[in-house]
Amino acid sequence: MPIIFITDFLIFLLLFTIVGFYLYARKHEHLSAPWRVVKKRPLAMSSAVVLFLFVTIGLFDSIHFHPSIETNESNKNVYSNEIMSVLDIFLDDLRTKNEKTYSAPLASYSFSKELIEQDNGIQIRDYPRLVYGGVSLNNPESESITDITKRISLGILYGLLISTVIISLIIFVLSKTLQTNYRGALQKCLENKTDTHWYSIFATISIISIIICIVCNLSQNYHVFGTDKVGQDVLYQALKSIRTGLVIGTLTTLVMLPFAIIMGLMAGYFRGWVDDVIQYLYTTLNSIPGVLLIAASILLLQVYISNHADDFNSIEQRADLRLLFLCIILGITSWTGLCRLLRAEALKLREVDYVQAAKAFGVGNFEVMFRHLLPNVMHIVMISIVLDFSGLVLAEAVLSYINIGVDPSMYSWGNMINSARLEMAREPVVWWSLAAAFIFMFILVLAANLFSDAVRDAFDPRLREF
Amino acid sequence: MINYILRRILYAVPILIGVNIITFVLFFVVNTPDDMARMHLGMKRVSQEAIIKWKDDRGYNKPILINKEENGIKKITNTIFFENSIKLFIFDFGRSDSGRDIGYDISQRMWPSLAITVPSLLIGLLAYITFGLILAFFRGTYVDISGVVLCVIMMSISGLFYIIGGQYLIGKFLHLVPISGYDTGLNAFKFIILPVLVGLIGGIGASTRWYRTIFLEEMNKDYVRTARAKGLSESSVLYRHVLSNGLIPILTGIVVILPSLFIGSLIVESFFAVPGLGSYTIDAINRQDFAIVRSMVFLGSVLYIIGLILTDISYTFVDPRVRLN
Repeated sequence: MPIIFITDFLIFLLLFTIVGFYLYARKHEHLSAPWRVVKKRPLAMSSAVVLFLFVTIGLFDSIHFHPSIETNESNKNVYSNEIMSVLDIFLDDLRTKNEKTYSAPLASYSFSKELIEQDNGIQIRDYPRLVYGGVSLNNPESESITDITKRISLGILYGLLISTVIISLIIFVLSKTLQTNYRGALQKCLENKTDTHWYSIFATISIISIIICIVCNLSQNYHVFGTDKVGQDVLYQALKSIRTGLVIGTLTTLVMLPFAIIMGLMAGYFRGWVDDVIQYLYTTLNSIPGVLLIAASILLLQVYISNHADDFNSIEQRADLRLLFLCIILGITSWTGLCRLLRAEALKLREVDYVQAAKAFGVGNFEVMFRHLLPNVMHIVMISIVLDFSGLVLAEAVLSYINIGVDPSMYSWGNMINSARLEMAREPVVWWSLAAAFIFMFILVLAANLFSDAVRDAFDPRLREF
Repeated sequence: MINYILRRILYAVPILIGVNIITFVLFFVVNTPDDMARMHLGMKRVSQEAIIKWKDDRGYNKPILINKEENGIKKITNTIFFENSIKLFIFDFGRSDSGRDIGYDISQRMWPSLAITVPSLLIGLLAYITFGLILAFFRGTYVDISGVVLCVIMMSISGLFYIIGGQYLIGKFLHLVPISGYDTGLNAFKFIILPVLVGLIGGIGASTRWYRTIFLEEMNKDYVRTARAKGLSESSVLYRHVLSNGLIPILTGIVVILPSLFIGSLIVESFFAVPGLGSYTIDAINRQDFAIVRSMVFLGSVLYIIGLILTDISYTFVDPRVRLN
């Protein structure tokens, strides 16, 4: 039985907007020309592949449903209370293979000593074998290294195979569109004579598929990133956190975009008292320190939730509302920058000839704003969307650390770091939760940063010469 | 000049009133004092008497805007709005929900905050400007490219990583300085090193890249070409002309955060257990002490607005072309 969270709905709305915008931009030269520049940048295309992978995982994680429970009565479907996503089906192995407590990455033994009863009835304190980690091995001390190397090399092999298949498929499609034969398309890609920097895309696809295959191969027998305090697989947590990071990074901008665009254009176009009011509004909001405004709002949301506990059907729904609320608050604190930029641009544009001509023809104020001003500030909007993304993903971690981020029950890198930071004091150190969260966050943010740099360079002619 | 400053201060008044109204609405209208009391005393099964007592103790038992039972001026003054919001304008923060004097706490706790933020700012400025200049000097070469790549990589790492990593490496592994804590007087020095260092490294990526862009932008200007045409060496062009002109946007950009240094950094202070205003705020958030959070929101806004005014004034000092009026 499918269930739609508010953020799920907004994510797919955003997806359709992006697709719609893509179709719109294809027809408009001033919007598609900078993207062609982006497509020729090798680093930008590599990061685009990485971002595409993250977004795909996030989208699969955004389709939620109540799984059906198998019952004896065949004509009646019973649904469990649990909420799962499509991603959970793919990761069923990782989700269900839980240990008792901490275990190190690729370990076969538990992290802490326990009383074990031996066959002859004597109890000793030792590290017990894990329930799932290294189960196929009889004697982990001697066998695990050879097993791991075997799995890694097999993974590399599979990865190479899969990436070859994917790349050949892409080249096959390309040869159709370029109207050459397969060889010709391959040659053009390798010599970079195509519109897109395919060479870097292929390299990234190969690396990613090799890594994915290695991880898949290893996780059949091990916990690749270990397990956390309650024995849950850390890799699973990190993968589930992708959705939270993406939601914060994209929905926040989506939420604030209408305000920023309408207010910014109105302030610049109408000037006078409208300008004064809007300027007053954003200076006031801006002068409240962002973190404190977020803290105050989240605090109040907590009061609201605890007083209206009955309104929520499940923990997930409550967590989802809090996520949406966090996006809105982050949006409120961050729309002022874009609004100010748009106001300055609209002030300039309103004096331009074509706007004056439109006004002389008697075109209404709002039509001038949306037909003539908006398309000409679109590049600023686009730059700020991509530039804000990485900052917001990083901000989520910090906010979760001070307990004003997403709901503690939600998977997020911030929550992973928050719950793992005390483990650094343990001896020996439990580092894998932190490492997994930081690595995933780093890859996403780095890709976003590199991509946004390319977008900004392509759209902002002033910076092009650097 | 004085005229201008006065006018700017007058402009700030409506903004502060706006901030005040926003915080008031957030804390007393969206959630009534009853809600707060219930939150503090436990979720369910709280007797009405306990809620009334909680509100009595903290002065939240008054009407919100207008007190109809009083006469004359007291109609307005004996209300929550006046007692808790208007009084912020004269920096009378009142008492926290746990009964402590907030004004006194703030005056005590701002010194540790300053002890961290001021060295961080100064050392950071020096380091970032140096790095930015070096990259600008070697622009287009491998030094520059690898420097920028390093900056982007360092920008992409979460700030929490630097804090946790720094604490582990320097504090726990090398045992050079204590991991966290604070002390009075000169003993505080060894507690300050680590937060300052971590803050410095955490900011390198974004700041160096930003300053490099500023310097490169200056280098494309006409006066630099003139200086080169005169036959000046590249290094003297850089230090004498580009640096001094590039400092204008850098320094004026920093003036706006100067007053906010009092508040300190929320994250750094709570990680390193520095008893400054940042950790004060975090503690208040975690204890759900609304009075403190409200005061800090107001204080933060005042300091930010002071920063804005100082920025405008500083423009006239560094750039004589800017005329106030």
